[in-house]
Amino acid sequence: MFDSETFQNAWEIIKTEIPLAIWETFYVTVLSTFFAIIIGLPLGILIVAGDKGRILKISKPVLRVIDVIINLLRSVPFLILMIVVFPLTRLIVGTVVGTAASVVPLVIAAFPFVARLVESSLREIDPNIIETAQSMGATPFQIIIKVMIPESVPSLISNATIAITTVLGYSAMSGIIGGGGLGKLAINYGYYRYQYLVMFFAVLFLILLVQLFQSLGTFLAKKSDKRLKQN
Amino acid sequence: MIEIKNLSKSFVTADGTVDALKNITLSIIDGEIYGIIGMSGAGKSTLVRCINMLEKPTQGNILIDGKDMGGLSTKELRAQRRNITMIFQGFNLLMQRNCLKNVLFPLELAGGKGEKAKQKARELLKVVGLADKEKTYPAQLSGGQKQRVAIARALATNPRVLLCDEATSALDPQTTHSILSLIKDINKKLGITVIIITHQMSVVEEICDKVAILDNGEVVESGKVSDIFSSPKSKAAKNLVFPESEQSILPREENEHHIRVVFNGAVATKTPFIASLAKDKGIVASILGASTKSIGDKAYGNMLLGITADETRIKEAIDYLSKFDDIFVEEVE
Repeated sequence: MFDSETFQNAWEIIKTEIPLAIWETFYVTVLSTFFAIIIGLPLGILIVAGDKGRILKISKPVLRVIDVIINLLRSVPFLILMIVVFPLTRLIVGTVVGTAASVVPLVIAAFPFVARLVESSLREIDPNIIETAQSMGATPFQIIIKVMIPESVPSLISNATIAITTVLGYSAMSGIIGGGGLGKLAINYGYYRYQYLVMFFAVLFLILLVQLFQSLGTFLAKKSDKRLKQN
Repeated sequence: MIEIKNLSKSFVTADGTVDALKNITLSIIDGEIYGIIGMSGAGKSTLVRCINMLEKPTQGNILIDGKDMGGLSTKELRAQRRNITMIFQGFNLLMQRNCLKNVLFPLELAGGKGEKAKQKARELLKVVGLADKEKTYPAQLSGGQKQRVAIARALATNPRVLLCDEATSALDPQTTHSILSLIKDINKKLGITVIIITHQMSVVEEICDKVAILDNGEVVESGKVSDIFSSPKSKAAKNLVFPESEQSILPREENEHHIRVVFNGAVATKTPFIASLAKDKGIVASILGASTKSIGDKAYGNMLLGITADETRIKEAIDYLSKFDDIFVEEVE
């Protein structure tokens, strides 16, 4: 199937382009997840803390609007979302193509997802523990900072791992708008130019990256959880 | 002094309004251990949560040293809550913090930091007998140890009142006993007023000075524990004090009468009163049920006797038994 010349060609491409592609995928994923957490974490906290006015008094319409926005953004397919946010991308990055530009749609796609993950983590907390903090005179801010977040750290880490692997998958798609990385490599060489070996390697490294993030996340989540009987 | 005045609390649910507490009035004197007992659903937890305003009363007032809890601002209420701390059935420790940091938690909330706060937390762990568990996480502790940490945590802000919400209900009898002795100890040493919510009569019996019996949202009886134990008047109180004998367990034969004998510190261990009843009066009684215990040489508890005889003989038997000190006798219908 492969004669030695095509193999040589493919190997050349792999050797010269893969390291940069890995790096691009890595930093786009980490950066986008980071920003998604910056936006999504407070939203998730607001949703849980504002629920039934248990911790924070947030008006119902405000909570409803947050809820609808999150659902709306989560229902738009990423491929469409990338194009829809072009104006915003241009405003922030100055251009709509390229690696840096792909961060904007990734963040927009990921933060609602992160908000939901944070919400589910925080809802796991025993409401009795929150009541206990209230019975000790904790302010709403203290309950969030000293109880809700620290108590759900293991779950938050697990969910951050889910978020980062999902963003990694999305980032591969952003190869279509010229976002760099392993996705672009797989599409440009593998799909458009039939360099299946390049595609194979690009996908292989994507798998390895997912593995890396997942193992690291699982390790950290377990290590941080003081409920497990370990020392 | 804690005064609960005409307190009512209603919840609005899908099935309509539920009156959890109806017009409750109680006074608790400083330094007392006050029990509030009732069956599940009687409103005990709601009542204790009204005291520190975790539940806002629908009507009535809670006065602590004359100050109305309902009239406090949010900020004043938070400060007051450091004065009225609470322990729970489920312990409610922070699972991601070690014991020392759990005890430090209320101090942190109050702005206490550094070595001084740590010193205080260490002292409290020592008071509850867990000085060596500083760095241990709650998951590695037994139920009794968890409740000890919770007690240390509740004491951190030097409260004047400790509320115990079914604090021993998840513990085995031996651990319950050790936690209750710890609470009693703290009450004596620090003069903290303790309010104990429970469904276990044994808990009230063991440490409370006074007790209020809550039934269906109402206080049906309150007073000194010894008085209520020797002569419970309300049906709810009788159910709690004599759980097994309220509905006659055994079918009665013709002319068989049931007589309850309540010991309230009688020197009964040295008085074979059933035998002497037979000897002096010729009346024979059989023991249908008994729940007594001796503390020192004194007996506490109650006994249900069955005597087959006519009315006059029964009266005679009751009069005879009533002559013993600290024994209370009544016929059960």
